[in-house]
Amino acid sequence: MDDLYREVIIEHYKNPSYRGKLDPHDISFADNNPLCGDHIEITLRLDEKGNVKEALFDGHGCAISQASADLLMESIIGKPLDEVKQLKKDDILEMLGIDLGPVRLKCALLSLKVLKAGVYGLGEASDELVE
Amino acid sequence: MSLDVNKIRKDFPILQRETRDGVRVVYLDSTATSQKPSQVINAMNDYYQKSNANIHRGVHTLAEEATSLYEGAREKIAKFINANSSREIIYTRNTTESINLVAYSWARANLKAGDLVVLTEMEHHSNLVPWHMLQAEKNIELDFIPVTENGLLDLDSYKSLLDRNPKLVSFTHMSNVLGTINPVHEMIQLAHDAGAIVLVDGAQSVPHLSVDVQKLDADFYAFSAHKMCGPTGIGILYGKSALLESMPPFLGGGDMIKEVKLRSFRANTLPHKFEAGTPAIAEAIGLGAAVDYLSNIGMENIAKHEHEITEYALERLEEIQGIKLFGPSADKKGGVAAFTLDGIHPHDVAQILDKDGIAVRAGHHCAQPLHEKFGIPATSRASFYLYSTKEEVDLLVNGIYKVKELFK
Ligand SMILES: Cc1ncc(COP(=O)(O)O)c(C=O)c1O
Repeated sequence: MDDLYREVIIEHYKNPSYRGKLDPHDISFADNNPLCGDHIEITLRLDEKGNVKEALFDGHGCAISQASADLLMESIIGKPLDEVKQLKKDDILEMLGIDLGPVRLKCALLSLKVLKAGVYGLGEASDELVE
Repeated sequence: MSLDVNKIRKDFPILQRETRDGVRVVYLDSTATSQKPSQVINAMNDYYQKSNANIHRGVHTLAEEATSLYEGAREKIAKFINANSSREIIYTRNTTESINLVAYSWARANLKAGDLVVLTEMEHHSNLVPWHMLQAEKNIELDFIPVTENGLLDLDSYKSLLDRNPKLVSFTHMSNVLGTINPVHEMIQLAHDAGAIVLVDGAQSVPHLSVDVQKLDADFYAFSAHKMCGPTGIGILYGKSALLESMPPFLGGGDMIKEVKLRSFRANTLPHKFEAGTPAIAEAIGLGAAVDYLSNIGMENIAKHEHEITEYALERLEEIQGIKLFGPSADKKGGVAAFTLDGIHPHDVAQILDKDGIAVRAGHHCAQPLHEKFGIPATSRASFYLYSTKEEVDLLVNGIYKVKELFK
C-alpha cells in the first residue's frame, strides 16, 4: 500500500483531537462536497486580538477529508485570521504529506474551503477559495 | 445454452488492461457504465472510416448509407424492446434527457396546478429533478412510494397514492443502488386502472433483463446506450405512438420540421419530430451493434449469469464482519451490491480497492434521498454484468479484508 493511507491519516481519522462544536462561537460555517455528500462544519472562537483561540470541526466523510480537517484545526490555533485567509491547497497537501488525484483532492480541501468561507463571511464554500 | 464468460471477456479489450504493473483491472462498476465490446467499437469505427455523412436529405451514396445505418439501428432497438414500430423509438442523449423530454413536452402540456405525479423514494436524481423543476413552474404536486427496510417498494402505500388519481406515475424498473427489480407489470396495470400515464426509467433494466414494452404496457420507457455495451451520448425514449403524436415538439431546429416559413413551422412526423439537429449518428449505429451483441448472447442467458454471480457475491460478502448490505435478497434484485463497512468511509474502501485494480463506486450514486432514507451519506457499490466472474467476486472480498486490516 502506498502512502495515501499513511498512519497519521488513519490516526487523525480514527482519533481526531479537534472534533466537536464550539457553542458559543465567533465564526461558524458548514458545507457539503456535492460529489460524495461529505459534510464539514467548522466553529471558531477568537481571542481579544482576533486570533483563533479554539477551533473544532464536525461532520462526516472519508479518512482524507476528516484527517485533513483535524490537521487544519490544529494548524490554525493561535493564528491571526489574516494568516488563515492565506492558506491554500498546497498547505493542506503539505500537512497530509501525500499527493492526491482530482477526486480525492476535493475531499482533502473541503475543510479549508469551509473554513475560508466562514472567515470571509461568504455564503458558499467555492473552489476559488483554495486554488 | 448458458453463457461462455471466458469467450465474452475476449470481446472486451479493456478487461485485459492493467491499472498498474501486474494488476489486471477488475471492473465492478457496470451500473455506472458498462464496458464496450469490439463489435460495438468496430461498428462505430467502420462508420467513420467508410460511411460518414450527415443523414437524411442527402442523395449521395455516403448520405444514403449513413441514413440507412442510423435508421437500421432504430429498427433493431425497436425489435429489442418489442416496440410496435420504430416510430416509437426516439433518439435522445441518455435516460436523463428522455425523462426530461417527457417532463418538458408531455407533462408541461398535460399537467396543471395541483395535479399529482407519483414517484418513488428509490429514484435516481434524473427521475426527481425534472419533476422538481416542473413543480416550480406549474405547481404540480409530488408524492413518493416509500421504500421498505429491505429495499422493496411499499405497494400498499402505492395503492393509497393511486386513490388520489395521479396524472403520471414515474418509477425505475431496477434500482441502481438496491438492485431491486420492481414489479413493473403489476404497477403499470394499477396505474392504468387509476387513469394515470406511466413512465418507466429503464436505465438499469434494459441492459440486464429481457424487456417487452408492449407486454409491460408502459406508456413511456427510457434508457441509455452506455449501460448496455453501447457508447455514451445516445439514449432512447420509447413512447406509445398515440401519446408521442399528441405531444408538442421538444427542441426546435433542423430535422424536426416538415416545413418552415419565416414566421411558423410544421413539425415533422414521428420519430423525427423529437430529434432536432444533427444527431449522434455513430453512437446510434454503435447502439445498434450493442443490441445485436446482446441479442446474440440472449438476454435470458445474461440475466441468468448475472443472477448466479449476484447470489455468489451476496453470500461471500455477508461473511464479512461489520458489513451491511442494502437491498433485497438475490431473487428480487439485479447485479448490484451496495454496502457499508463499520467505521470506514465508502471513499476509502473504493480507493484502497483500486490499488488492487478493483473498480467499485463510492458515494450516493445519484440517489441522495434514498441514502438519506437509510440514514447514511454514502455506500460502496459493486455491480456485475455479463462479463463478470466469480473470481472477480473473490478478489473483491479479499480486497475488503485488506481494507479492514488497514483500518484495524
Ligand atoms: C436508475 C437510473 N436512472 C437513470 C440514470 C441516468 O442515466 P444517464 O446518466 O445515462 O442519463 C441512471 C444512471 O446511473 C440510473 O442508474
